[in-house]
Amino acid sequence: MRVLCEELHRPPTEAGRCGPEVRSDLRVRIEPREHGGIEIELHSRVEPYYGESIRRLADTVLEELGIHHARVQIEDEGALPFVISARLEAAVRRAGLGKGTRVLPERVTLPEPSTRDHMRRSRLYVPGSEPKYFINAALYGPDAVILDLEDSVHPSEKDAARLLVRNALRAIDFLACERMVRINQLPLGLEDLDEIVPECPDLILIPKVEVPDQVVAVEKRIAEVKSDYGLTRPTWLMPILESALGIENAFAIATASEKTVALTIGLEDYTADIGVVKTSSGTESLYARQRVLNAAHAAGIQAIDSVFGDVGDLDALRAWATNSRNVGFEGMGCLHPTQIPIIHEAFAPTASEIERARKIVTAYNEAQEKALGVVSLGSKMIDPPVLNRALKLIARAQAMGVLQ
Amino acid sequence: MPVAEKTELLTNAAGRSVLETVNGRPQTPYLGVGKYRPTGTKASPPIRTAADYPENGDKVVADLETALRKCGLRDGMVLSSHHHLRDGDRVALMMLHAASRLGAKDLVWFPSASFPSQKSAIELMESGVIDHIEGSMNGPLGDYCTQGKMRGLGVLRSHGGRGQAIQDGEVHIDIAVIAAPSADAFGNCDGSQGKSACGSLGFALADSIYADHVIVVTDNLVPFPCVPCQIQGNNVDYVVQVDSIGDAAKIVSGTTQITRSPDRLRIAELVARFLRDAGIMRNGFSFQAGAGGIALAFVSYLKQLMKEAGVKARFVRGGSTKFLVELLEEGLTDYILDGQTFDLDGVRSIASNPRHVATSPFTSYNYHGKGNFASMVDAVVLGATEVDLNFNANVVTHSDGRLMHGIGGWQNCLASKCTILAVPSFRDRIPVILDEVTTLCGPGELIDVIVTERGIAINPRRQDLMDAVKGSTLPIRPLADIKAEVERICGGRPCRPKHGDRPVAVVKWVDGTVLDTVWQVSGSF
Repeated sequence: MRVLCEELHRPPTEAGRCGPEVRSDLRVRIEPREHGGIEIELHSRVEPYYGESIRRLADTVLEELGIHHARVQIEDEGALPFVISARLEAAVRRAGLGKGTRVLPERVTLPEPSTRDHMRRSRLYVPGSEPKYFINAALYGPDAVILDLEDSVHPSEKDAARLLVRNALRAIDFLACERMVRINQLPLGLEDLDEIVPECPDLILIPKVEVPDQVVAVEKRIAEVKSDYGLTRPTWLMPILESALGIENAFAIATASEKTVALTIGLEDYTADIGVVKTSSGTESLYARQRVLNAAHAAGIQAIDSVFGDVGDLDALRAWATNSRNVGFEGMGCLHPTQIPIIHEAFAPTASEIERARKIVTAYNEAQEKALGVVSLGSKMIDPPVLNRALKLIARAQAMGVLQ
Repeated sequence: MPVAEKTELLTNAAGRSVLETVNGRPQTPYLGVGKYRPTGTKASPPIRTAADYPENGDKVVADLETALRKCGLRDGMVLSSHHHLRDGDRVALMMLHAASRLGAKDLVWFPSASFPSQKSAIELMESGVIDHIEGSMNGPLGDYCTQGKMRGLGVLRSHGGRGQAIQDGEVHIDIAVIAAPSADAFGNCDGSQGKSACGSLGFALADSIYADHVIVVTDNLVPFPCVPCQIQGNNVDYVVQVDSIGDAAKIVSGTTQITRSPDRLRIAELVARFLRDAGIMRNGFSFQAGAGGIALAFVSYLKQLMKEAGVKARFVRGGSTKFLVELLEEGLTDYILDGQTFDLDGVRSIASNPRHVATSPFTSYNYHGKGNFASMVDAVVLGATEVDLNFNANVVTHSDGRLMHGIGGWQNCLASKCTILAVPSFRDRIPVILDEVTTLCGPGELIDVIVTERGIAINPRRQDLMDAVKGSTLPIRPLADIKAEVERICGGRPCRPKHGDRPVAVVKWVDGTVLDTVWQVSGSF
């Protein structure tokens, strides 16, 4: 009984944000008490429309978390239900209560599981603590949406962001986008997995990987969680190399897990690690990027480029992305939706490339019909690697919609 | 206190409850688009003679009080002002305060629009100097009206409807006070020059012709002749010189900015692609877009598509901004027909480019004329606070019934061959697509396309547009589908706040009939 009372007299805890500049979020302040039931004080921008609905939701969430007596203040800036629920849960957990209970919003229909070789030209980063960016992220048509728990989330908000991201994975329809989550550096990242993996993200980005064991640890934890929940959907991995050591271990990291489908590089941290300034020409990271490329190709997985940080300079982005494709990357990260179409255009095969590939395939098919041993197009011989490259390019052009 | 008259309610052709009488004047309820055919003659201002005006043309008097006194200011008069200087305007309050000092009571303030900086008009309503405002009200004035504190009823009209009401004699202006960035002593005025330059002075045109008395207030008195002149001095009684007619920083934006909101950019891009894919964007076409974030981004996307397709417009309608000016200067349009000028590039262009032409809503939007420009525009892009499944739209009130925006040129623009509302599908969790709009401002039969970030809905009445975009990659969806998706995201349908049972303002249709009622909203906000 004494223990219980101590819990009940914890100081009030808060979660979320409010204020005139805040949108689609709320601040919950919760003060557990010994009796008196749940008392909700609500101020909401949308009070006339959803006031009752917010109160009902708060009652339900608190009930599920086993909170029966508390003073609750909610300052709501038009948050959607999955956000309200995540913020309430975060505030309760910060009070040291509600342990072991996950209050989950209704789940939208899960899309088909993604495949190992899913097209990954663009992946849009969305800060895990900014719910206003979640809801429409997929509308801009990136190949993937990354709900980020790492660098875009303040250390003091990691616990709350994890719940928001978990709820977003359930409540938001991400359309045709691959649903990715960037977890925190280990060991914190392993705790993220406990909350996130049951909601079936398609891919986990592992930041600042330096040694293969880190990938193995993530793979193991994911397998444990999935086994606990009886899940069989694949959860792919994409390690991010962001240091000189990570780059040196690129191939070992790329081959550390069967689940790894792509390898990528984080240039902000990498250039900081080697003590140089990051430029838009990228000469300072030439070796590192080539190393990642080669390791990925050697491991038979996708090589994915870094993000391009200057979201205002679309011309420089176009130049970077074109170069990136020319050297063998299959995609890159996006920090703003306006970058997506530029990147898609840059990674799409050009009309002349498609034309040449079709000629190669046609010439090859004609030679097969005539049972010719040697196939040539003009003065050039078409050997199997040339044919394979042409077939791949055509398939890619079709997947990108630039070829019917 | 409240509206003294009986509030008999009728149901109009749109099914809305409207008042039979407004501020003592009998009304015609809305009959449908193009159904009301008034007869009779226009209002006629009194005949004047040059014998009563100085032969040397010098109509300058000492100050505004003198001018108002000479115009015979008395209780109950209708005083008009204009919003060419927008939130930077000083002249409207100058006029009202001068009238107050002269002891006038129960005035009707008839502005072309009111702005938040004019909130001290509330004190003049409290003290009985102003009885009521007939013109758009938002911010503190909108709240004052929706809380039911104004004595008379607010009357909300479009820019074209305001001209129509003046011309048809629905509103008789006793004294019009025109703020002029440049004027001569005879009263010729121009808006494109001077330290308070604002571009067009089109909102004052009907007032200058039909008001009993016209006073020009300027901070840039130039020797006769003031050319070009947008307002003719032969309609002007007095000219008053002041130090400043407005706060330059608030008259026009230095530059108008394209939104950086990805949702809004997406909406803008979808609108531009719709114009292209529907075949509206073709050589010699015309369009109108305002100065809001979505509209500016739309112009920028459309410009790119026009360049790619090698297409040139015959004219674009302003609200002019640097984005329209760029179209003109790069040869992508032959003309800008400008209703108002929003930024410094617009002001510079209208002053120097003969193809950037100032127009008045009185000539371009007045429905009781021999046609008007509005119906000749191929496509117009507008906003809205709410739309419903019948494509009806609201632009004046928030979903809780509070007055948020004026009608502006919005209703007039609906006459365009393709009217597009570019709106987010929800704002702060509040769905924009409803079963029924809170206040009806635009009949759905005139609204052709609703573009949201989640898809484009074409009015089923426009099968031709449906056919035109067949095969396009645009996300064309039924409006009900978008509505259902948004309600799922927002956690169900919103509750509809109950309005009070007392009318506080009426919404006029472009022909002067009464389209809807704005009801009192209780509580503080």
